[in-house]
Amino acid sequence: MAELSVNAHMNPQLGANGKLQHLLSTEGLPLEVITHILDTAQSFLEVSDRDVKKVPLLRGKSVFNLFFENSTRTRTTFEIAAKRLSADVINLDVSRSSTAKGETLLDTIDNLCAMHADMFVVRHATSGAPFLIAEHLQRIGRDDIRVVNAGDGRHAHPTQGLLDMYTIRHYKKDFSQLTVAIVGDILHSRVARSDLHALKTLGCGEIRAIAPKTLLPGYLENLGVKVFHDMNEGLKDCDVVIMLRLQNERMNGALLPSVGEYFKRYGLTPEKLALAKPDAIVMHPGPMNRGVEIDSSVADGPQAVILNQVTFGIAVRMAVMGILAGN
Amino acid sequence: MPDLTFDTLPDAEQQLATLAEQLRPHLTPDTALVGIYSGGAWVAERLKDILGISEAVGQIDVSFYRDDFAEKGLHPQVRPSNIPFEVEGRPLILVDDVLYTGRTTRAAINELFDYGRPARVELAVLADRGERELPIEPGYCVWEVDLGEGEELILGREESGRLFWKMGRNDRG
Repeated sequence: MAELSVNAHMNPQLGANGKLQHLLSTEGLPLEVITHILDTAQSFLEVSDRDVKKVPLLRGKSVFNLFFENSTRTRTTFEIAAKRLSADVINLDVSRSSTAKGETLLDTIDNLCAMHADMFVVRHATSGAPFLIAEHLQRIGRDDIRVVNAGDGRHAHPTQGLLDMYTIRHYKKDFSQLTVAIVGDILHSRVARSDLHALKTLGCGEIRAIAPKTLLPGYLENLGVKVFHDMNEGLKDCDVVIMLRLQNERMNGALLPSVGEYFKRYGLTPEKLALAKPDAIVMHPGPMNRGVEIDSSVADGPQAVILNQVTFGIAVRMAVMGILAGN
Repeated sequence: MPDLTFDTLPDAEQQLATLAEQLRPHLTPDTALVGIYSGGAWVAERLKDILGISEAVGQIDVSFYRDDFAEKGLHPQVRPSNIPFEVEGRPLILVDDVLYTGRTTRAAINELFDYGRPARVELAVLADRGERELPIEPGYCVWEVDLGEGEELILGREESGRLFWKMGRNDRG
């Protein structure tokens, strides 16, 4: 699918005062903003443990979940996060409604603006779609409406990137001392891209990418990422292992010989994990393909923090929406 | 009242002892203290020691309950609230360092009720600077003070834990 043109020099995420206006990408997100989000998420984590799992911060605000691409988990966690902030949440399954009838993206947005939306949470198969929406809102004088990117094409999935950073900070504290490996289909992964940019901004000691040549993107060098094709070398002494889902539905053309062969070389088994540090944590953005990129005994093992990532994800999304609504 | 300067500010430690003596006759075996970040949490922690209350002190950060969120946004430093005891049916004493408009107290009471239904909530403060904007009054208070426009009374804490008052300027208007 064609990439939409986005002016790379303009950072529509930040307002004139340097405050977060939209969350579109972890790329170009200042360290202070990331730290503020992670610190705030820590306070929201406690809210989910209360009798009343709700704070009144977004009372009276309308959050529209616009998912032009299917997703259950991300949409649900955004919905829970918005509801715990007391917002009204409207889920639009756009892939099956207006768009199917031929309405353009920006016409859909104009209609929702007329319904007094306060925030759009957008997932779209086309990279840059949330940027386009943010620019459009600016153009039509509705810069009071906030946009959160919930995943656009191969480009970015910033809340996943931030919740991954929250998870790492929760277990490992100081980023400068860490070796973090991202393993698998990095080429097609917006999660990997968001993780890599956030890790770099947070000053991660060593960032590694482990994948077959056919699944590696071209941008890694600029980020100072060390590339490995052999998992046994790449996992050595890692503190954090981030596994990626093998994106079957994105696999146009023969990038891999077979799923079985992939698991043999890049699947995370207990034997391979033993090469990392003994207290290394294993992360996965979900949904997992057991027996494809990760062995069940690792996924269910003591080093996996995959379900904790889901819990942290709600707190991080609450923080993002809370900060955006107040700026 | 003379202008408040560093030399004329009262001793916060002495006030703390006075506040503790005001509270002592009203304590029940299941009374718990909840301090509002940050000054109120310090005062509550000290009161617990002076009064020999065994229950751990609760702390709340009212950032998610403030009524000025729409104007001021989220505070840059929100700390997790922590109520380490069952709120349901318990007599609580909400502790703050300075009582002013009453809006923080309102937010704190709302937050407390999201943990459960306390038997009773009372308010204890070191200083009351008046100018209330809500019908809230302290049950226990040591110092009633008038401040000039833009002046702010700030509780500080030394490394040793000793509390002291200082004056500041509020430029937020």
